[in-house]
Amino acid sequence: MSAQYSDRKYVIIAIFSSIILIFLARLFYIQVIDDQYKLTARNQAFRYMTDYPARGNIFDRKGRRLVYNQAAYDLMVIPRQVKDFDTAEFCTIIGIDKDQFEKKMLKAILPPNSSRKPSIFEKEISVEHSAILQERLYKFQGFFLQPRTLRKYPEPIAGHLLGYVGEVSEKITDTSSYYRDGDYIGISGMEKAYEIPLRGIKGTHIEVVDVHNRPMGSYMNGIYDTIAVAGKDLVCSLDAVLQEYGEKLMQNKIGSIVAIDPSTGEILAFVSSPGYDPNLLIGSTLPKNFRLLQQDSLKPLFNRALMASYPPGSTFKLVMSLVGQNEKVISKSTTFFCAGGYNYGGARPLKCDAHHGSLDLTAGISRSCNTYFCNVFRSVMDNKKYKKMEDVFTVWRNYAISFGIGAHLNTDIPNELRGSLPTIERYNKIFGEHRWHTSTIISLAIGQGELGITPLQNANVVCIIANKGFYYIPHTVKSIGKNPNDPSLLRFKEKHYAQVTDTAYYNVVIEAMNEVVKHGTAAASQIPGIDYCAKTGTAENKRVINGKVIQLKDHSMFIAFAPKENPKIAIAVTVENAGWGASWAAPIASLMIEKYLTDSVSRPEIEKKMLDADIIHTNIIGKQKGY
Amino acid sequence: MREQKTIFQNIDWVMTGLFLALVVLGWMNIYAAVYNDEHNSIFDISQKYGKQMLWITGAIIIALVVLIIDANFFTAFPYPMYIISTIMLIAVIFFGREISGSHSWFRFGDFGLQPAEFGKFAVGLALAKYMSGLNIHAADLKTKAIAFFIILFPAGIIVMEKEAGTALVYIAFIFVLFREGFSGNFLLGGFFTILLLILALLVNKIVLVIVLAIIAIAIGLFIWVSSRNKKKAKRGLLGVFAILVIASFAVFGVDTAFSKMKGHQKTRINVFLGKEVDKEMKKKAGYNINQSLIAIGSGGVAGKGFLQGTQTKYEFVPEQSTDFIFCTVGEEWGFLGCTFILSLFLALILRIIFVAERQRSAFSRIYGYGVASILFFHITVNVGMTIGLAPVIGIPLPFFSYGGSSLWAFTILLFVFIKLDSNRLLILR
Ligand SMILES: [Zn+2]
Repeated sequence: MSAQYSDRKYVIIAIFSSIILIFLARLFYIQVIDDQYKLTARNQAFRYMTDYPARGNIFDRKGRRLVYNQAAYDLMVIPRQVKDFDTAEFCTIIGIDKDQFEKKMLKAILPPNSSRKPSIFEKEISVEHSAILQERLYKFQGFFLQPRTLRKYPEPIAGHLLGYVGEVSEKITDTSSYYRDGDYIGISGMEKAYEIPLRGIKGTHIEVVDVHNRPMGSYMNGIYDTIAVAGKDLVCSLDAVLQEYGEKLMQNKIGSIVAIDPSTGEILAFVSSPGYDPNLLIGSTLPKNFRLLQQDSLKPLFNRALMASYPPGSTFKLVMSLVGQNEKVISKSTTFFCAGGYNYGGARPLKCDAHHGSLDLTAGISRSCNTYFCNVFRSVMDNKKYKKMEDVFTVWRNYAISFGIGAHLNTDIPNELRGSLPTIERYNKIFGEHRWHTSTIISLAIGQGELGITPLQNANVVCIIANKGFYYIPHTVKSIGKNPNDPSLLRFKEKHYAQVTDTAYYNVVIEAMNEVVKHGTAAASQIPGIDYCAKTGTAENKRVINGKVIQLKDHSMFIAFAPKENPKIAIAVTVENAGWGASWAAPIASLMIEKYLTDSVSRPEIEKKMLDADIIHTNIIGKQKGY
Repeated sequence: MREQKTIFQNIDWVMTGLFLALVVLGWMNIYAAVYNDEHNSIFDISQKYGKQMLWITGAIIIALVVLIIDANFFTAFPYPMYIISTIMLIAVIFFGREISGSHSWFRFGDFGLQPAEFGKFAVGLALAKYMSGLNIHAADLKTKAIAFFIILFPAGIIVMEKEAGTALVYIAFIFVLFREGFSGNFLLGGFFTILLLILALLVNKIVLVIVLAIIAIAIGLFIWVSSRNKKKAKRGLLGVFAILVIASFAVFGVDTAFSKMKGHQKTRINVFLGKEVDKEMKKKAGYNINQSLIAIGSGGVAGKGFLQGTQTKYEFVPEQSTDFIFCTVGEEWGFLGCTFILSLFLALILRIIFVAERQRSAFSRIYGYGVASILFFHITVNVGMTIGLAPVIGIPLPFFSYGGSSLWAFTILLFVFIKLDSNRLLILR
């Protein structure tokens, strides 16, 4: 029988061997070709624990703390590990009711959360609650406290400039490899601009867990772990005392103050009013408070110092004086006659506030004569040197840009507005090609018309005049960590020159501005012991209401630098709907200057008047003013 | 007769060496599967790996005892052993301790004994004894009936113990019968039985029976029309009808058989078939297969290294030291390790077949085929389960899985054959 069926052994061997071969083929597929099991295994057994470094603090220029971190705890839960416990006691400790408890528990279990993974049960437990909880946590298995840091602002100032920190948006987590859901990121201001040095670098350590999610130690003794790098502290250029003072002066007023050290470009004060307490935009209270601030009709979130655009008015007359001299079409002694207005052949002549009579350049500036500057503008535009209107317009335009008008200054504060500076194309569109002339665009002469300038740009023009021809990009950071020469700060050390560089031309303007303080419109805002230069201004405030252009009360504007010799501060103050520059903006600016230079205020009655003034509620819509 | 000088004389060292290699590798993998830092000695008998060392020591002593016993003992007393084994199988139903729904264990304190594991050995011997008898012809109906009775009687009892997985192993003996001259149809029959069992669980039973009936009628008509010898055709028709009736019973019997299975085992098979009503149970059992695949799949080409496995060590894989021990091989040693281990198993089986074929005694040869078939069936079902190619049936991986009963049973199974082989020149039958 054995010999008879002996060949059958081959059948059996073939069956046995082919089964083993099928197994090997299957193993080859799941182990070598298909990657899904490797990924799943990692997801199951590895917990990638993130180590969050402390975010950098921000100090002012004198080392005073502006932003620091405050410890808080999130109550975390791993639902699978939760054992029976006294829910009533638990709810009492953290101050929720049974319904809320069930909702939170359900949220922790349902996707995208999972009962195996830790998720946030209650955010930002207060320090007292967390202390109580910590003591009794042994009773509540599956719950643990996870420390995290919240931003804290010792003084409620500079909210717009400092910005705030919040959870990353989905858009960022989708595109960035660094940020994960639930991470925090600087959303505006310096927190956004200096996010990378401030945040530091997250570390990760891989923790191996068993099927019950119990930690089993680090993976391969931590050779794949990365160590967190702490965020760097920033030294901000702000003077906290000056900033706080500026915010106080601007309370109950709409407007802004920008103060810059012209010798460095460092921003000393950056006030946008109304502002908000930066402590409102912290952690879990952020979304609610942000919504409330957003709904406020006075728009406290709107950074007027950076993003509001006003007609440059008086400031632009200063620029025109420099351009005229540089183009050699006027000089210090050039005289024009003012009969109370400039008639350019249009429907309405550009009026002056008074019959100025015969004026030289210094008087033209100090008395802010519209007629004078219309003549300066015409002299520039009608220069025979240029053949076509477009050519001379381009020359004029480039001057303006070199003064930082109508162009981004590239400051380090995000969302900088460019302002407006008309282009040839724009005029061609409005009037038609070759159909516009000097007289068509004459309002540019006095900084009106299609011109728009932000308070920051305005202050920067003052810096150029103070420096007699150049500026440093206005910026907010003096040093990153302890390094003032951090590569990202080097661009703030470069001088940017305006197209007018002859100091003699500037001296004329500076003398005229000095005259404004000594005997002109700012005479009431003189500072004892400080010789400074200034220019008052008003910006027309037209608004279209119900299809009608309505003239509202003008914005009060004032620019100045001080002291006259070796200037330390350049300032631009705007108070909306406040009327004459001399009445509100000038005193405020003079108080700021005095405070910064002398650290004291010698004119308490003016200070009191400014502090007490409530322009928002008395003058929000000023009386109509017609021609 | 020559006198034997030592018990090791004429021993097949290839089989012995493969046995030792597999046992030691199994031990190492159990160590890795349930390793914990607090008890890091592989000899720590408070842990499974320490206990396995004791089981292995016991297995080696048993192997030596088997080699010392006169070979004639095994050829002389298969039937008494078969009867004793059967009595034990029945007794355990009444006197055994119930463990997760099945009555298949005798418990003596810490020590457990599962008669079903030893039943395979008794059936192997009895089948060898019967088939090697004089005047036994595979073609005889009586031979077929008795052979199947020897195999299926204990299997039926084991089903009643609610150990359907273990009972399934007895199908392996079909290879032995095939080698001894039973028609290849039995092999196909075995194959189709398994297929039918799976289909019956998968497809609506009534539909299945109707389809079977249509096929049977078609074949019957074909036989009737094409055949000239109507008497022969009648017999053919009778055969087809008989098969149909048996198949129908099988189809409807599946439910009964499976309802006798352990609760968790039933779920496991349903999960494999992708047919599961109870969602909660599906989650649980599907989880096992999935975790097993994840552990093996994550091993990659060369594995994560000894003791570096995370899925098995940290209990993601269920029963990681027993039924799912192959996961540890896959995770820590990768594709290369799996290939090596499966090669060792295949080498052992092929060696057994080679050695069986060189026997002058039919008894030894038939017994050898029994050993090879049982080892093969266990490996196929166990490894197939871990890589998702077979239903989750809880049977151990020979020599590898943790546990004394199965290790000792396989040791006896193999060493009796090694003993018979060492005496091959002396035994004629
Ligand atoms: Zn005039």
